[in-house]
Amino acid sequence: MNISRRQILILLPAAAVAWKSVLAGTPEASPNYKMSDHWWGMLIDISKCIGCGNCVRACQTENDVPDGLFRTWVERYHVSDENMTSPEVISPDGGKEGFPVAKADEGKYFFVPKMCNHCADSPCTQVCPVGATFISPDGVVLVDRTYCLGCAYCVQACPYGCRYIHPEKKVADKCTLCYHRITKGLTTACCEACPTGARQLADLKNPRDPIHEFLKTHSVQVLKPQMATGAKVFYSDLDGSVR
Amino acid sequence: MSVFKDAGHLFRFAGLFVLAFLAFLVVRHFVVPKSFGQYGHYRGAAIGEIAARPVKFAGHEKCETCHTDVMDKKKDGRHAHVNCEACHGAQDQHAGDPSAAKVVLPDTAVLCARCHTASAAKPKGFPQVEPADHSQGLPCETCHQPHNPGLDTPKTDTPKTDAGGAK
Repeated sequence: MNISRRQILILLPAAAVAWKSVLAGTPEASPNYKMSDHWWGMLIDISKCIGCGNCVRACQTENDVPDGLFRTWVERYHVSDENMTSPEVISPDGGKEGFPVAKADEGKYFFVPKMCNHCADSPCTQVCPVGATFISPDGVVLVDRTYCLGCAYCVQACPYGCRYIHPEKKVADKCTLCYHRITKGLTTACCEACPTGARQLADLKNPRDPIHEFLKTHSVQVLKPQMATGAKVFYSDLDGSVR
Repeated sequence: MSVFKDAGHLFRFAGLFVLAFLAFLVVRHFVVPKSFGQYGHYRGAAIGEIAARPVKFAGHEKCETCHTDVMDKKKDGRHAHVNCEACHGAQDQHAGDPSAAKVVLPDTAVLCARCHTASAAKPKGFPQVEPADHSQGLPCETCHQPHNPGLDTPKTDTPKTDAGGAK
């Protein structure tokens, strides 16, 4: 086979382009989204939460969450002056329609929005017997509905109580960090609907994300740090009484 | 070859094992999804399926492409950072086809009270009122323009009444 110099000059770049597309792998649902470029988390600023329940309603609308079950919910803590270890916690209907008026008296009140912590070392994915729940390459803990058996091991394993069995689909269900939104460049439904900016989606792999500046300049905490789950929902101004 | 003199049954048994193993490989090939193990011990295609779920909240950037007038009203006010759908609800259908999905305006009596009803549990700096005492039954929008609720920029089409401010 004889190939002229002219043919080689044409063929080489073509081969390079073809090889590049092979290296890129299978295209994902969102064409411009690369999983390896992201590592998702969330920032929740307790000092900004007013307990309006917008996040809970937005989440239920966006994700068709059945009534009475929650992917995110808001708790109201009442900690009396001298009894910090046993706070009074309420969350009527997940805080969906707000909270009863609190009268100023002894102790302090504050709201704590809760959701899946999208743990880097998540206990829930470790117990799944069939590989139906997993942490995606961009750091979101997801459930494969077609693979899940509904055994509920993961529901028991989650130390934060963030999972439930979907009453109709009979599979484990949980916060997806609005994966269908964040892969399209949108923020989550709860962040979109939060009127005070108490919730902010954070991309820990994006050096331009304001989360880095915030983490440097504020004291933040994760829930149950003693469990070493690698939780990626960071709470600012979190009181020590929160469990 | 006296060692294998009476070993015919062992070879048949071994053959059976080989056949069973081949059958296992064939069944496994058809039963295990193609993308299983692509990224880890799970079905890689599940990620794409979850990412393909429908969006219901359009996102404020989409609203802002058309409603520039509201953006101008909002930008200097105290609600500048409140996203459209925080009050107006999920509007992706409307954003896709504004004529088909008409937006229902929220009832301010419920909407405003949800955030601004006074409670000791809310952060101290957040503007809060006792709805009954504050407006004497008047609707909020009599004095406060929801897109720019400060009283220094009153709603132009209604006269300013002295009902007290949410400061």
